[in-house]
Amino acid sequence: MEAYLDNSATTPPCREATEAMQEALTHLWGNPSSLHQAGLAAEHLLQDARALVAASLSAKPDEITFTSGGTEANNLALFGAAAARRRRGRRIVISAVEHSSIAESAAELQTRGFEVVYLGVDSKGRVSEQELARAINAETILVSLMAVNNEVGSLQPVDSLRRAVRYAGAPALIHCDAVQAYGKLALAPQHMGVDLLTVSSHKIHGPKGAGALYIRKGVKLQPILFGGSQEGKLRPGTEAMPAIAGFAAAAKALPNPQQALAYVGTLRERLVAGLQTIKGVRINSPADSLAYLTNISVPGLMSETLLNFLSARGVYVSAGSACAKGKKSRVLQAMGLGEPEINGALRISLSRYTTCDEIDAFLFALTEARHTLAHT
Amino acid sequence: MNEVLLIKAGELVLKGLNRRTFEDQLLKNLRRALRPLGPWQYHWSQSTLQAIPGAPSVNMAAAAEKTGKVFGIAGYSRALRLPKDMTTLLAAAPSYLSDALRFARTFKCEAKRSDKRFPLRSPQICEEMGEVLCNAFPHLRVDVRQPDVTIHIEIRDQYAFLHAGQLRGAGGLPVGTAGEAVLLISGGIDSPVAAWMMARRGLRLTAVHFASPPYTSPRAEEKVHKLLAAVAGYAGRVRLFVVPFTAFQEQIRERCPEDLFTLVMRRAMMRIAEQIALRENCGALITGESLGQVASQTLQALACTNSALTLPVFRPLVGMDKNETIEIARKIETFEISVLPYEDCCTVFTPRHPRTKPKLSMLTQAEQSLDWDILLADALKGAQFLSIEAEGVQPCKRES
Repeated sequence: MEAYLDNSATTPPCREATEAMQEALTHLWGNPSSLHQAGLAAEHLLQDARALVAASLSAKPDEITFTSGGTEANNLALFGAAAARRRRGRRIVISAVEHSSIAESAAELQTRGFEVVYLGVDSKGRVSEQELARAINAETILVSLMAVNNEVGSLQPVDSLRRAVRYAGAPALIHCDAVQAYGKLALAPQHMGVDLLTVSSHKIHGPKGAGALYIRKGVKLQPILFGGSQEGKLRPGTEAMPAIAGFAAAAKALPNPQQALAYVGTLRERLVAGLQTIKGVRINSPADSLAYLTNISVPGLMSETLLNFLSARGVYVSAGSACAKGKKSRVLQAMGLGEPEINGALRISLSRYTTCDEIDAFLFALTEARHTLAHT
Repeated sequence: MNEVLLIKAGELVLKGLNRRTFEDQLLKNLRRALRPLGPWQYHWSQSTLQAIPGAPSVNMAAAAEKTGKVFGIAGYSRALRLPKDMTTLLAAAPSYLSDALRFARTFKCEAKRSDKRFPLRSPQICEEMGEVLCNAFPHLRVDVRQPDVTIHIEIRDQYAFLHAGQLRGAGGLPVGTAGEAVLLISGGIDSPVAAWMMARRGLRLTAVHFASPPYTSPRAEEKVHKLLAAVAGYAGRVRLFVVPFTAFQEQIRERCPEDLFTLVMRRAMMRIAEQIALRENCGALITGESLGQVASQTLQALACTNSALTLPVFRPLVGMDKNETIEIARKIETFEISVLPYEDCCTVFTPRHPRTKPKLSMLTQAEQSLDWDILLADALKGAQFLSIEAEGVQPCKRES
């Protein structure tokens, strides 16, 4: 039996998504910009997709800009906002535990003359609201904070951003990278008080190659790509219709977040109870983190060794995040974990399709690893 | 159009009575390299080898690239082969040379007339050719001192050849003329470079890689396949033995003092490699060790590893700086593969404070605690044999 517990890296596409993609590839293959009937059919498909993704965020369709995925949406948010507001200030505030597509974009903006302030996190991987308020000044043009951390699952105080920005009198746009929260928590950017919000298709059982940036009505960004009038000139290029159609179908198939969370919560309880019976295992995710994601350490064993061992038994998890292959986790470092804990970290990430049997298979294999592998 | 490759043999022309063996090996290696591209005919005249494609569809650019990687070649050029007749030569020149001359500013002609019966003398050949090319490409000027492009006209015994200059070959001696040796390869930057350097001196390669699952991943082994495929572009087919090493490493970790882990492990690897070498008729071992690079490559450590062996060990990088090694690794396109971040057999269980000045007696004593014979026999028995070619990262499995 295989146990796929790496759903924060990617998820298997759901039936609805693959069917929609098949349809888009075989019948609705027109260019949405073409004037003829084939183009019109594709344009309708695009409109429907936009409406579905908007609905999943309680947003309006024209607030959704399709991109190639989370990384591109994050790049568009940061570079687009920085360019649009560069005359009103130079400060950009992000957390120290952002995804690399935010962290590295911010680092690039720093080389282009912007001032980047990084907010540290406490032992629970959370940014403090006080520090946040202190970092935002009247010069701040952009604040970007993730909704859920991708390595440990900590929830960030995104709701407090609007107040902090208003209090500082900052001309700042507020961006939230919600890739890991999308489909798992009820997200309504307007209600959260954010201007920009990133989501991705392949983390919600859609295909790779599609994502979206929510841009609140009235907010202007500078484009980072040029060459056409698609997506309101913000994302020129012929739309990747099969991926977008699959994305929309996956968004439509999302269950009620509370109900899904209740189910995944029982899986998390089973996982944690099992982990507590294995000697030497440390749970790094705070107790109040999102149940979908659990970070643990087996001090004395190397993550890569554990991954190889588990993989040979059909159990798939990851070390930290899949994007940071071979690098030390910035997040765990920021949380103040020691070297042995960081070197032996594993991320177990669940989805609404995960079963109890998969949890048990993981626990069984990890117990075996604990007993057979030599410790460093 | 009858385009051929003109290949000039390198160092081997200095050989004496056994020169034929070197030439035959070079021809064999070249045949093997070019065969996937189509049918070829070969013809030696003095120290120049002509490779003549047997079909017009043969991709000459790909053939030139492959030729550039065959050891034993000093230089090579793509040339047009024509009957020895000046009118034909002049007529064919502009269209054949247009790629070379279109973006050049200046050029000159150089003629070589080894067939002295040809009616025109070399300066006359150049003069006529120069005039035709100047008319065909009005933007060109003649510059005999530092031309952008030099056009060569060679009048040989049967044919005339026309080309726009020679490219430098890979040098060295044909692979196989020096015998065969066993390369120890982990996946780092050094061993592929060492392999390339020794293959250039004529050694055929058999590689030994140690895998320690689950401490090392299948990707680490795949990385070695890719590295060897890159090396095989120069060295021809490489045989690979993948030796299971987990049990060995776990026992070393359990029973030996920590500061000696790496050295005991390296001695074990060398001995296993030597056993394979003896069984496979290989006369030496090759490693990527460089003096003082890490704790296990100090003078004392190298002496300890060496004393486990009777076969000679070639360490072509021993006196090289890392930057020089990296430069070669980039040139032979192994660097980007080597830096992929997977655990390999050498980074598993690295001691915190390895001993840099070990004594042999410490090691022999530490090794007494190991079930040496059983571990060695198991490792050899479990070895998997694969064959790796430049084209195929996917190796074909065979019985060992």
